[in-house]
Amino acid sequence: MPNKLLFVMLLAMFAVQAQAGETAADNYKIYCVQCHGMEGNGKGVNIRDMSVQPRDHTDAKAMSTRSDDELFKVIKEGGTSINKSILMPPWSATFSDEEIRDLVQYLRNLCKCKYGS
Amino acid sequence: MVKETEVENIFKSMKCKLAVAVTVALLPLAAVAADGMALLQKDCTSCHNLKGPAAQTLQELMDRKGPDLFYAGNKYRREWLVSWLQKPQRIRPAGEYYGKHIKPGVKSDEVDAATLEKHVALSKGDAEALADELMKLRPHDDLIAREKIEPGTIDKQMGEMNFDKFWGCMACHLIEPDFGGFSGPELYTAADRLQPEFIASFIRNPQAWQPKTWMPNKGVSEGAIQKFVRYFVVLNKESENAK
Repeated sequence: MPNKLLFVMLLAMFAVQAQAGETAADNYKIYCVQCHGMEGNGKGVNIRDMSVQPRDHTDAKAMSTRSDDELFKVIKEGGTSINKSILMPPWSATFSDEEIRDLVQYLRNLCKCKYGS
Repeated sequence: MVKETEVENIFKSMKCKLAVAVTVALLPLAAVAADGMALLQKDCTSCHNLKGPAAQTLQELMDRKGPDLFYAGNKYRREWLVSWLQKPQRIRPAGEYYGKHIKPGVKSDEVDAATLEKHVALSKGDAEALADELMKLRPHDDLIAREKIEPGTIDKQMGEMNFDKFWGCMACHLIEPDFGGFSGPELYTAADRLQPEFIASFIRNPQAWQPKTWMPNKGVSEGAIQKFVRYFVVLNKESENAK
């Protein structure tokens, strides 16, 4: 019986992953880390000459001022879509909506915060 | 066509295993020459994808050790290939792919130079032969054919404003050895290195070439793309003059 349960759980996990494409952790590692940093603290390898510094995703105070919808929008459509920097590009050609939703949740885990908290 | 002697030279320079060398030496030379590409593939494939397709998953992307070369003939300028293969210099400041060559630093993440490997340097003959083979690899003629490069020049400051301020590309690309980002290839040598149609096509739709590339599609307008191509020519000239 436990084996059967485990199998069903694994199958469910696989189904979720297949639907969502890449995991949020992997997407973050490849696409976001270049500017937002290996530790998500906004200190990416690219920041030296930037006129506007990338958001520190571990900054609960700043991150809690953004709703999930805003985070979704800025990832999909880029910084200018929420009146922020052009340096944050739109990722609509890279991520599916499902992957962006997963990334928003990933950001919530990084900041350990919620909107308005 | 690769000459027989050139194939032999390439083979020697790549330090192939003796057993393989003996086997090949026993083959008729004509057969070796006809199969020149197979030899090149054998020597380059440990780091480069010469057959395609591009990485379809992030795992495949992360496993890459060098840029894909299966569309080299659509991408590079032959003269540059010949020159670079004889005197290879780093193009991507954080290597390929960048995530494997960075580490947390004091002010920000830093390039971990100790993890970057040097590219093998070839003789002139080998470089010419290899460039000839690479230029045959053109699976994306269709993408290239869609691009029309309009002749013209651009003032450096205007080009820079377009690049840095309007489109934010300096975030990831160096436009001078000491200015810009590190995760993408340097661009002050791009005009020398790349076919202008490739530059235009890749900016227009990076994912058409590399579905998983960490370069975003910014929806750049046609006018801005033409400006980028001209700007890179200006940057390249300046970079040459600075030497």
